[in-house]
Amino acid sequence: MAEKTTTEAPAAAPTEKPPVPQAALPKNGAEKPKTDTQTYPVGIAGVKIEEEERKVPATEAPPLPINEKLAVIGKPTPRVDGRAKVTGAAKYSADINLPGMLFAKLITSTVPHAIIKSIDTSAAEKHPAFRAIHMLDRDRSAAQTEEEKKDNWPRVRYVGQPLGAVCAPTQAHADDIARLVKITYEQKPFVVDPDKAKEPNAPIIFQGNAEQAGTAGGGGGPKDVKQNGNVRGPVAKGEADKAEIAFNSADVTVELDFRTQVQTHCALETHGLVADWKPDMLTVWASTQGTSSVRDELAAVFNLKKSQVRVITEYMGGGFGAKFGAGNYGVLATHLSKKANAPVRLMLDRREEHLCVGNRPSSIQKLKIGAKKDGTLVAMRLQSYGTAGVGTGAGASGPTQNLYTCPAIYTEDSDVFTNAGPSSAFRAPGHPQGAFSLEQGIDSLAEKLKMDPLALRDKIDDSEARREERRIGAERIGWKDRKPAGSDAGPIKRGIGVAQAIWYRIMNRDSHCDVRITQDGSVEFLSGVQDIGTGIRTALAQIVAETLGLKPTDITVKIGDTNYPQGPNSGGSVTTNSISPVARNAAWAAREQFLGQVAPALGVSADELEMADGRVFPKNNPNQSLTFKQAAKKMKVEQVAARGDRSDDYESKKGPRGKGAGGLGGVQFCQVAVDTSTGHIKVEKVVAVHDCGRPINPMGVKSQVNGGVIQGISYALFENRILDRNTGVMVNTNLEQYKIAGSREMPEIDAQLIEQYWGKSSTDAAGIGEPATVATAACVANAVYNAIGVRITQIPMTPAVVLEALASKQKASA
Amino acid sequence: MNNFEWADAKSIDEAQSLMTDASAYKAGGVDLLDLMKEHIAAPKRIVNIRNLQGFDQIKEDGGVLHLGPLLTLAQIADDKTIRSKWSAIADAAANAATPQIRNMATLGGNLLQRPRCWYFRNELFPCRKKGGEICYAQQGENQYHAIFNNQLCAIVHPSALACALVAHGAKLELSGAKNQKREVLLEEFLTLPSVDLHRENSIQSGELITDIRVPTPRADAKSIYIKQGEKESFDWPIAEIAMVLTMDGETCKSASIVLGAAAPVPHRATEAEQAITGKKVDEQSAGAAAKAALATATPLALNGYKLALFENLLTRTLLQAKGNA
Repeated sequence: MAEKTTTEAPAAAPTEKPPVPQAALPKNGAEKPKTDTQTYPVGIAGVKIEEEERKVPATEAPPLPINEKLAVIGKPTPRVDGRAKVTGAAKYSADINLPGMLFAKLITSTVPHAIIKSIDTSAAEKHPAFRAIHMLDRDRSAAQTEEEKKDNWPRVRYVGQPLGAVCAPTQAHADDIARLVKITYEQKPFVVDPDKAKEPNAPIIFQGNAEQAGTAGGGGGPKDVKQNGNVRGPVAKGEADKAEIAFNSADVTVELDFRTQVQTHCALETHGLVADWKPDMLTVWASTQGTSSVRDELAAVFNLKKSQVRVITEYMGGGFGAKFGAGNYGVLATHLSKKANAPVRLMLDRREEHLCVGNRPSSIQKLKIGAKKDGTLVAMRLQSYGTAGVGTGAGASGPTQNLYTCPAIYTEDSDVFTNAGPSSAFRAPGHPQGAFSLEQGIDSLAEKLKMDPLALRDKIDDSEARREERRIGAERIGWKDRKPAGSDAGPIKRGIGVAQAIWYRIMNRDSHCDVRITQDGSVEFLSGVQDIGTGIRTALAQIVAETLGLKPTDITVKIGDTNYPQGPNSGGSVTTNSISPVARNAAWAAREQFLGQVAPALGVSADELEMADGRVFPKNNPNQSLTFKQAAKKMKVEQVAARGDRSDDYESKKGPRGKGAGGLGGVQFCQVAVDTSTGHIKVEKVVAVHDCGRPINPMGVKSQVNGGVIQGISYALFENRILDRNTGVMVNTNLEQYKIAGSREMPEIDAQLIEQYWGKSSTDAAGIGEPATVATAACVANAVYNAIGVRITQIPMTPAVVLEALASKQKASA
Repeated sequence: MNNFEWADAKSIDEAQSLMTDASAYKAGGVDLLDLMKEHIAAPKRIVNIRNLQGFDQIKEDGGVLHLGPLLTLAQIADDKTIRSKWSAIADAAANAATPQIRNMATLGGNLLQRPRCWYFRNELFPCRKKGGEICYAQQGENQYHAIFNNQLCAIVHPSALACALVAHGAKLELSGAKNQKREVLLEEFLTLPSVDLHRENSIQSGELITDIRVPTPRADAKSIYIKQGEKESFDWPIAEIAMVLTMDGETCKSASIVLGAAAPVPHRATEAEQAITGKKVDEQSAGAAAKAALATATPLALNGYKLALFENLLTRTLLQAKGNA
């Protein structure tokens, strides 16, 4: 969640109308842009495609037909940088080695709640390898009260909080020196359990109202929310009274309680960067989802012009929402570089990565759903508490607010402060938590109504995409053979489940690029946008290649550098939606210039020329062709270049919610085997059917769906940040006892895509990163219910949890 | 991690002469490196014994299987001789850790590795095992801790191979200074916190394991090892069972049953052994034996689930042993 325009609503708890952000673009005078009327395909390929007219700016590239009529877009395309990645040629931030570079190590707190009385750096400074030290004045990632802004040092509010950093010529020396800094604390009472933190006599973590610092990193909850003790909220949506009255008209109601844990991001590449401070220029090689977000924060902190900060992210090893802005570590590395007059590399270690750079907040949810006998929803109510540690933004009401048609929806989201590391945006903030409750609630309702869970969803879900996705998925998982809950004999019981996702079609208009064609036939795409590992580099090559009649490998994609035109930050699944139309528009404009240059050589006018299969030729005489390279040589100038910008989404008749048109869908099915003797759950197969508008690279999209499913299974069954209740110390700060799905936990994953056209931009593409992980945990839980006939309402569903649930059922029935 | 001196030993004698109180032997180095990174161990000198020759044998001789202490877990997992009569040992090695670790970790190092208790492994906790006053697990996050003998220190013994070897009645040959050798039953070598709070065994200063000796079981014996983790890849067990059973038809003649991830040492389930010996193995007798095994358990606040887990697994494993008969 990078953009201010996109952060607040869908991150924590989307408003009824998912925002279509209109980034504040400079208006170029009062002149209205010229518009054309164009015809676009609209609908779902293979179901129904209609032609619809749109008024679009004259600068837009012409409409694309559906994928089956295209040469490059929509065709499975191997990553253009795949070879560089698997051979190690690709350089990540931790691979940057500059002459004279120093290594930095964080100094972190060892107590959960304290005021710093003194800091003694003398022993550290006496170490022969000591080069520089910098101590922070505040925790840049956490919430803060007005009062403490006067303090010299940060208030300590959790174990592992960054307080400063040192640097030295080797990492080993830096590690040693950091341990020599002696900090004296005045310790205060603390609380790490959200249930206890809610109690009136709990130790207070923030005296006074706390707001999470508004960095480009997003995360954080809504502003100006009332705070009572450690409870910040509730943020209410809808009318409580209306929902209560509506429940009275329900024939059937279900009420369930749910709990979800704190999950840390665990990107394989930890947070970090190399900062190289020079008097006239700061250059930073950062592992970030937003090159410009790092630039902007560093420029602000160090009082530099944005033109004096260059941020480079050529390759990146995962972020999942946690890598925006400079962060404590980035600001520290830059201070150290400035003080030591040398480049400084600061990469977090795995312990720090778990503790201080974000997580998915927990949730404690109470859900009530009321329906008529035929399944029609009459009211839904969700009350959710969650802890984002010393951060904010633990809301989980997004799915309840947005997934189903229901006349009375009332939700309350509250944050509970605890002495734990702050959350940050994490792949579909609030949504895997919210879907875990809602989708089990819907299944539970279906059972009470004696309806098939898919039939109920057909009744209450107005999304055309999900309707088709349910149809495809049901067929592929073998839904018709699904047995009643708990009907398998023997200790190992199998079950099939379904759950649905919603996410939003968000884009950032402040997205730009250049496309250049040079006489030697080289084609370049340039933008600050970064490839966070999801494959936008390849998708951009495909779009430019499609427009110029070339192959993706013919295009040189230069991205991840703030020296290039401003690109979008990658959060909220905005990247493809934001930058792909820009690439298409720029490529089209470059094409027009290019054809204007080469038309005389072919003796025709430019508008009579076509580009396809690597050739340029008159439309009415394809035999009279030049290869692209030959044609480029005919250019009268060395280079043609065109700028592409993101116009607003094209206007369409459908509203933001109508027929699911405001959101992206996604329906997942899975089969599990539950060993009732051991409580062990094995996910055997997942069918994940998704939509992302027009898929540009189905291979890349399916790869992201695989990743979303894997991360979702890991969340459902294994991952859990465990804080020692008596000391506040996280006890599993590694990848051994912080458990993540490994190779043997992989199910067969059948990722399926539908193509849904909306006629909203020149590519009509949207993102997939977030929807791909929303439904998984709920889907596994529903399948477990089908297997054993016991509803598991908390994650991770460990053997301990499953055995306990089985035992309490046995007790109840005895 | 501290700075240290590296000493490469060419012989047992040299290794022992290089050893001081501030030194540590290193075979595979898997556990030692972990301990040093976490500042739990800080040896001034590392005595590398990885390259000693002749300590990677697998040889059956006169009713005893000799296993060299420098065998890797991968070699043990893959060996046909071991698998033929001591399959519990092969399976314990095969199911441990990851392929990379199994290629590095040695049998001797595996038996001597320190516990994985997250309080022990974190320098912020001055726990009883490290000379402090408190066992933080007692009132803390104890879901993975011991359900037997857990009052002083609630670690579980980390070695799967130890479980299988104890079930098989293995002995260790230990070599001290001046080539003084002693033989000790592994089950007695591994000690409870009540014997020594700070260590998990009775190895003497400078001593090295030079041979692991496993009796050849009777031809009709069943050797079984079962690991139950939360995950199947790269995870520690939440319960494990090693079992050597001899059967006469459907009747159990003798049983050696060990529970792992249950106690600070591999836990010999003598109550279960007595309950099943001489009985026809069926659902009822297996279930009764399993119940008997757990009768003396003293679970902590968060590990009560292990009772049902062990009971079910043990019942299942006994029936499986019978099925194989």
